[in-house]
Amino acid sequence: MIDGSSPSSVAEYGRDEPAPRSASRLLEVRDLETKFYTADGIVNALNGISYSVDKGECLAIVGESGSGKTVGVLSILKLIQSPPGRIVGGEILFKGTDLLKLDDRALRKVRGEAISVIFQDPMTSLNPVMRVGAQITENIHAHENLTHRQARAKAADLLGMVGIPTPSRRLDDYPHQFSGGMRQRVMIAMALSCSPQLIIADEPTTALDVTIQAQIVELIKKLQEELGTAVIWISHDLGVVARLADTVAVMYAGHIVEKAPVDELYARPAHPYTIGLLNSLPRLDARVRTKLQTIGGLPPNLLGVLKGCPFVPRCRFATDICREQNPPITEAAPGHAIACWHNQLMS
Amino acid sequence: MNDNVLVRVKDLKMHFPIRAGIFGRTVGAVKAVDGVSFDIMKGETLGLVGESGCGKTTTGRAVLRLYEPTSGEVSFRGVELGSQGAEGVRRTRRHMQMIFQDPYASLNPQMRVGEIIARPLRVHGLVKNRREEKELVADIMQKVGLNVSFRDRFPHEFSGGQRQRIGIARALATSPDFIVCDEPISALDVSIQAQIINLLEQLREDLGLTYLFIAHDLSMVRYLSTRVGVMYLGKMMELSGSDELYENPLHPYTKALLSAIPIPDPPLERQRQRTLLAGDPPSPANPPSGCRFSTRCPIAVDHCRKVEPEFREAIEGHWVACHLV
Repeated sequence: MIDGSSPSSVAEYGRDEPAPRSASRLLEVRDLETKFYTADGIVNALNGISYSVDKGECLAIVGESGSGKTVGVLSILKLIQSPPGRIVGGEILFKGTDLLKLDDRALRKVRGEAISVIFQDPMTSLNPVMRVGAQITENIHAHENLTHRQARAKAADLLGMVGIPTPSRRLDDYPHQFSGGMRQRVMIAMALSCSPQLIIADEPTTALDVTIQAQIVELIKKLQEELGTAVIWISHDLGVVARLADTVAVMYAGHIVEKAPVDELYARPAHPYTIGLLNSLPRLDARVRTKLQTIGGLPPNLLGVLKGCPFVPRCRFATDICREQNPPITEAAPGHAIACWHNQLMS
Repeated sequence: MNDNVLVRVKDLKMHFPIRAGIFGRTVGAVKAVDGVSFDIMKGETLGLVGESGCGKTTTGRAVLRLYEPTSGEVSFRGVELGSQGAEGVRRTRRHMQMIFQDPYASLNPQMRVGEIIARPLRVHGLVKNRREEKELVADIMQKVGLNVSFRDRFPHEFSGGQRQRIGIARALATSPDFIVCDEPISALDVSIQAQIINLLEQLREDLGLTYLFIAHDLSMVRYLSTRVGVMYLGKMMELSGSDELYENPLHPYTKALLSAIPIPDPPLERQRQRTLLAGDPPSPANPPSGCRFSTRCPIAVDHCRKVEPEFREAIEGHWVACHLV
């Protein structure tokens, strides 16, 4: 995140000297690089991304499939399957400690206790042959010294907090006895069980219907406000992001191409990709039926090294320099960073 | 019958039996579609929206008689399909085609693109020889924006958006009048969705097509549709002109559905009032008595739980099934 005290360019961020850090900073990711070593070659999934999250902040990471948004956050907790994946560079500072330098034991304490994850598909991320109460208390027992009875009482409280009716009776149900929306509530209860300071929500509403999506979005918003938890919300839905986020980072081909406070990003998008995304959406409240603007072409294949800006083949502003060099992400306006050689042209 | 009506659906019911035990005894039925009526006018796009399990896809399939309906009638150009026999339906299907949701599952992975598109031409005997077939396929591929030199490639060599173009080309091969589009963009990335939507619009204008467009993305449905129908648990809840439905929704379910859709405009989003529906939709195997929405309806009264509301024209051209409107 770029604030008044940061250097003007994220590219300048901490090679040797750490960037100034405000007291409210919770997580700071610097130049994170993750690659997958596959039989077909090296997939450059994450090409040096930097961002930060403050206490209580909701950062949304937006991008299409394959843009690296999920790899980017799973790398934080080293949840990348290895092999083939490997984090090859960068730092992940959580309250000043580099998570990449922690051993497995220390990292396990961070996972679930300080940072927890809500996954996209609640059916495949819950154990189908384990009662939900046992799944929630498993996490509590792993991190806290409570008796079985206390842990169960806590699990019931959590289920009640996420809006599951008659929680103490539902502890002994299996995941298949819950609907999709209710399962996602169970996942949220599990994520909250050790009062984490940061929750990573990886497209938590994509598998759900719109009325259920609205319930879950409001629930997370409410919990975030009440508990002061910071949230990284990964999504491809620019509508949901408008509702929830404080700050938005747009990803494309393993790079963050634009980052700004939510109002600023929607009012003054500056990267051609962001502009294209926002223009390609029809609005629920619009009568006019002008032709939808499209972004021609396809996202690039991340196998092998790309030269220049990854958006070049689809960009209508591309010039020679774009084909030669990948633009660094720089601050174009206060708090608004973009990675484009032509950002002045656009603003 | 009005000359302008291309497809008429009357009291369509599609129940799937639930079987149990070693003898496969029928113990109940999933009432996926339970008495739905609507007309589709020539040249219009009728949008059909609702949440998963509301019966919108089943309706689309039953309209094309991909399912044999439990009861009810579907007429195409004034002729009832059920009265035509299997061969008659097959011949009529030349004029009514379908674009499927999943471009990965709906194309045969062992067939080349050219063959996939040529198949309907052969089935319906629309080409005399290989040369004519080749020309027609090339023509259709061009229409949907596929490079003709890719005709000998296999589906796995294409991206999701390209595959959906192949699906559209196959549907267009027989020059149909009417196409059921069953969530044609929901499996695609945002930047690709607009490409496919623009293509569908272009084809509708150029070829004079009529669409039944099934989707759960209400913004996209508003953008595309002339009229929109809202389904809930196998019933049509509301049906009206597209702008009318979005600006003056009458049914409490439609209101809740619209308020649940986030708009990509942060200051506006902060001001919007939301009607959050409690709970989940009930099972279509055991729908509630009276109005099906009564268990989640914020304004339901006792009467709603006992008597099923009639689907009636509340305002001219604006149909709704609710006692309290």
